[in-house]
Amino acid sequence: MQVSFKEKVSSKKDRAKNLTELKPGEAGVLEKLDLPDDDARRLMELGFIPGHSVTRGLSAPGGDPRVFRVDGSEVALRRETARRLILK
Amino acid sequence: MGDCHGCPANSIATLAPPPGFGAPPRRHIVAIVGPPNSGKSTLFNRLTGLRQKVANFPGVTVEHRMGRVKLDQGRDVFVVDLPGVYSLTPRTEDERVTHDVLSGQMKDIPRPDAVLLILDSTNLSRHLVLAAPVLSLGLPTLVILNMADDLKSRGGELNVAELAMQLGSPVALVSAAKGVGLEKIFQFLSGATMGAAPAAPLIQLPVIQDIPKCRAWATTVGNKTGYQAPAPPLWTRRLDAFFLHPVAGPLVFLLVVIAVFQTIFNGARPLMDAVQSAIEMSGRWIGHLLPNEALRSLVVDGIWKGVGSVVIFLPQILLLFLFIGILEDSGYLARAALIADRTMSRFGLQGKSFIPLLSAYACAVPAIMATRTIESKRDRIATILIAPFMTCSARLPVYILIIGAFIPDRHLIGGFLGMQAAAMLGLYVLGFVAAVLTARLLKSTVLKSRRSSFMLEMPPYRWPTVRSLALRLVDRSKVFLWRAGTVILGVAIVIWVLSKLPLQDGKPPAIEHSIVAGIGHVVEPVIKPLGFNWKIGIGLITSLAAREVIVGTLGTIYGIQDTGSQQGLQQALHQDLTQGGAVALLVFFAFAMQCMSTIAVVRRETGGWFWPAIQFAYMTGLAYVCAFLANRIVTFWA
Repeated sequence: MQVSFKEKVSSKKDRAKNLTELKPGEAGVLEKLDLPDDDARRLMELGFIPGHSVTRGLSAPGGDPRVFRVDGSEVALRRETARRLILK
Repeated sequence: MGDCHGCPANSIATLAPPPGFGAPPRRHIVAIVGPPNSGKSTLFNRLTGLRQKVANFPGVTVEHRMGRVKLDQGRDVFVVDLPGVYSLTPRTEDERVTHDVLSGQMKDIPRPDAVLLILDSTNLSRHLVLAAPVLSLGLPTLVILNMADDLKSRGGELNVAELAMQLGSPVALVSAAKGVGLEKIFQFLSGATMGAAPAAPLIQLPVIQDIPKCRAWATTVGNKTGYQAPAPPLWTRRLDAFFLHPVAGPLVFLLVVIAVFQTIFNGARPLMDAVQSAIEMSGRWIGHLLPNEALRSLVVDGIWKGVGSVVIFLPQILLLFLFIGILEDSGYLARAALIADRTMSRFGLQGKSFIPLLSAYACAVPAIMATRTIESKRDRIATILIAPFMTCSARLPVYILIIGAFIPDRHLIGGFLGMQAAAMLGLYVLGFVAAVLTARLLKSTVLKSRRSSFMLEMPPYRWPTVRSLALRLVDRSKVFLWRAGTVILGVAIVIWVLSKLPLQDGKPPAIEHSIVAGIGHVVEPVIKPLGFNWKIGIGLITSLAAREVIVGTLGTIYGIQDTGSQQGLQQALHQDLTQGGAVALLVFFAFAMQCMSTIAVVRRETGGWFWPAIQFAYMTGLAYVCAFLANRIVTFWA
């Protein structure tokens, strides 16, 4: 228990921020896509390219999926995908 | 493929062999390529109007539309609308088709003479990424920047001449929806048919496989041409704040659905009545013209009442397609998919399954084809298997007939929702519930897989254009009337003949002693527990071809039975169906897979008879059991 608690604390500190942690209207710069190659390519085609800015938009009722504004368009992602997009 | 009646006889006149011999004159083909939501279809409709048809590429399931564009001096050019793609890397089936057609590897389609590359000018930097692989094909290419009106009204800017310089290809700034700036496209097409369009020159292009590099190239090109991205679409933000509001959003969603049903039921009434009286009057008029008793009976009772009882439903089906068209073209459908995703994921499906399932409300055949955008094979098969449960427009005539006859016309909820509309809504919900429970069953057993990722682009809201909505309706009417004129007409004639045989003393028998009754009596024991008699049985047999055929069949049978009387089909049904039997019939139609076209398309999409056989057995079995229960329960209570 204690070990896992410690790990959680330390990981919270070191771990980079991801898309799910953006507040509505907040923007961040994408660092990398921690996803299988196919999914990553598809997201890059939609505008999620490392170095580009991503802004959190609205979300579906219940908070998932969420809409992100990226490169001139709006794309909805589920939480589990958004979690794998790491911000700088 | 072979139809070339429209080709001008004088093209390559000196070398061409006489018509009908040898190779037809060469057709010029131009491909339209563009990312999703770039207005590709709008442009295609704009260019071809009604001179278009849907076809399938050989060997693959991706649909494409081919149309003819008339140019001046009697020349014309064929335009093929390719699936929307972001890149030409052949990974999904859509991308493979686009890649193969453009590189001339698609069987039966020669390599295009030229390409129309259509991009959204309000989102140019991202859409320009597709220009790199398309221009590197070396085909004459016109780069069309669409939504010029939007770009201007939102304060965006762009130097078209400079962009043409940078890309080495002509560029046209147009608004396909408003029809502005199209002259340049016609000029280009004209040049392409004469081989005058220059091939795209080799320019400095990025490594096509590397998306970040392509994107950086697009930015550089954009900057050099003074591209000023427009302000964010203000109205889309405002509307989304409302449509995606945690409380208002789902509420609006429900209201939209209810309004659609209410309109389909009540709004179409005057139109339906008009069609019905037109059919009755023309039937009577034709009856007077025909001297021969038997011939008159065939035409009036068999054909007119059979086919007519189905054609009556055209207004309703068109209304439904109109609504789906408005929802899709306005951009609301993507929001609906977003709202629905969480619910869908509970049943093991994803938001991408939602769009095929929604279009299955119109017809399962295009819906099953639309599943090709789902990358996961298991998710795709699950979606194909449940799509026919969604209440397609062919069920509408059956539902309206039975509900109109057996459900009282009273108002619920303070007159807002009629009881008949509520019954209809209930049947739609029933189909949906059967679909999601089946999905759950499949995804937790044979088609288990990890949750796949979900990404859905939210297009800006747009006014649907009258033109594109009208084209949809014309298209749908053609399909519907074609079926009424072939399958339903054929069935009506066969039923009429079988009901007049065997002759007794040279006279047709009473319908109870005819061959058709004989066949009906054979199946009667099987369907008796559901509350159906032999007449309904005949209807069920013929509805295996297509669901709405049962209405035509019953129209013919009752048309023969009470010649002369102007009794409607709805009153006539009361002689043969109890309340329980009527509800059982509705439930049966909600679940059973009575549609040859669907079976054929499932076979083609899944590559064999395995899945369609299972699907047919499962759906028919479920329909039988549930109809049996419905009959028992209603009979017990009533």
